[in-house]
Amino acid sequence: MTFTDVPGFASVSEDRGETTLVVETAQLREAALYLRDERGFNFLSDIAAADYLGWNERTVAGYWGHRGGRDINLPGSWGLAKKPEPKAKRFSVSYQLLAVVSGARVAPRVRLQVWCDDGDPVPSVVSVWPTADWHEREAYDLMGIVFEGHPGLKRILMDDDWEGHPLRKDYPIGGEPVRFSGAE
Amino acid sequence: MTLAARRQATIYTGTRIPSPIPTVLKVDPALRVDDDILEVNFGPNHPSTHGVLRLIVELNGERVEGVEAVIGYLHTGFEKNMEQKTWWKAITYPERIDYLSFQINELAFVLAIEKLLGVEPPPKATWMRTLLCELSRIHSHLIWLGTGALELGAISLLWYCFRERDAVLDLFELVTGVRMHTRYFQAGGLAEDIPPGFFTECRKFADMFPARVDEYEALLDRQAIWLERTKGIGLLSAEDAIALGQSGPVLRASGVDWDLRKVEPYLAYDQVDFDVPVYFNGDVYDRYKVRMDEMRESTRIVQQCLDGMPEGPWIVDDRKIVLPPRHELHTSMESLIHHFKLVTEGYRVPAGEVYVAVESARGELGCYVVSDGGSKPWRVKFRAPSFVALEATATTVAGSLVADLIAILGSLDTVMGDCDR
Repeated sequence: MTFTDVPGFASVSEDRGETTLVVETAQLREAALYLRDERGFNFLSDIAAADYLGWNERTVAGYWGHRGGRDINLPGSWGLAKKPEPKAKRFSVSYQLLAVVSGARVAPRVRLQVWCDDGDPVPSVVSVWPTADWHEREAYDLMGIVFEGHPGLKRILMDDDWEGHPLRKDYPIGGEPVRFSGAE
Repeated sequence: MTLAARRQATIYTGTRIPSPIPTVLKVDPALRVDDDILEVNFGPNHPSTHGVLRLIVELNGERVEGVEAVIGYLHTGFEKNMEQKTWWKAITYPERIDYLSFQINELAFVLAIEKLLGVEPPPKATWMRTLLCELSRIHSHLIWLGTGALELGAISLLWYCFRERDAVLDLFELVTGVRMHTRYFQAGGLAEDIPPGFFTECRKFADMFPARVDEYEALLDRQAIWLERTKGIGLLSAEDAIALGQSGPVLRASGVDWDLRKVEPYLAYDQVDFDVPVYFNGDVYDRYKVRMDEMRESTRIVQQCLDGMPEGPWIVDDRKIVLPPRHELHTSMESLIHHFKLVTEGYRVPAGEVYVAVESARGELGCYVVSDGGSKPWRVKFRAPSFVALEATATTVAGSLVADLIAILGSLDTVMGDCDR
């Protein structure tokens, strides 16, 4: 399947049998409508936001898999040499799409992805897939992604008066203030 | 509506999804003129909310005119926690997310790790995982049936269902040593070999169980109250179900023949013979029928797994991922080093992102994992089927009676731990 004619097309990549289609953030809604109406991706499985703050900064080893498939002479196969590819922006938002046809015995999937920095608006796709409602609220609540055009964007899992977005990499762990502890 | 009329009630055409917010049912302003709309808080501690779910319900007499679900009371930050643990330790978490079909949750995460590592588990592990996942599905459906019937007044069914559920938990205990949250799946295979007594006990259960399902069905299907309270209630059309992202039994009760075990087979599902039950009325009763049939199909799969269980190792022989056998630690320096490295630092998983979806008892359970090549996951996100199922509340309860609200909510089969994560 080729995706070059999707509105706002930026890049497409194939990895481990999964297709990731990156589109320009501003044209996400057009791309979503096109994929739903022209390509049959009528089912939105999930929206997952990821924070890449600090990505590529710590050194990681690139140990490669199992005995049969290992080539220890490849650079980065041992030791602490290999770093992951840098990312252009801080946040990714991934839409896992699926084409559901009753009685079919194949499940075409594609991961629609957009990138944004802190505070950049991402167009909402609630009008394309109604199920996006809560997924977008969750991404806003836990990761602070602002969805433009969402009919009721508010926190969903945390309290309404919660400060900060817990799944961000700069959110402190174990640093939550304790009320009535005497320290305040 | 009389029972006869309800039986004939066909599924609606067009869409019933509220607009502009698909998950919030707003009261028609014309009804507010009389100032007779009563706002009721249903939950968060209502016994039939299966956890802590709060529904803000607006009633016109006994009729539900407005509803909004408020969730998050059980949010415990599993995804954040998993980012702080090594891959090996993080496997412990997914089971606690959906505590009724725990093995399937564990499987989704383990399959994601294996996909990133490029590891193929041995056949024995694959078949045993299939078997345990089907037992887990039976376990989850039994609790759903017991509590769902209890909420509609059929108290005795709960005791029957929990009797069989206990037999399933006994089997889990026999294999893994614990009854729930077994943590038996490792990246690369199983944590331990299958104990010898398991097959006899499991076969006993598989032989006995189909008759028990028939027994439950006889108890309910000949009950006028049960039929009266489930038929023609909580309607959801196939188009609306797909638009709302519904999956699993809810989608199949709306007439969509869709099961991830068939459409993208994982484990040994392409080697076993089973049918996908589909019903077409999209009401509470059909969701019940789908789950009853699924329990029978799961038993069929369990029996085939027992027959076809291959011999051989239960985990891959790769010392960079898998702990060495205990006895080697006393004699082999290299094994000791591997053991030490795996326990302290953990294994490293190549960089990349994967989305693995499996058919849990509640529908599509997805696991999106990002790795930066380090020894801890960079990001883990679960596509929780309960979370998505609750999005259908506003569409399914529109215009129903407040007493039916409980039947409808029950039929969506949500687990709040799964929903709030």
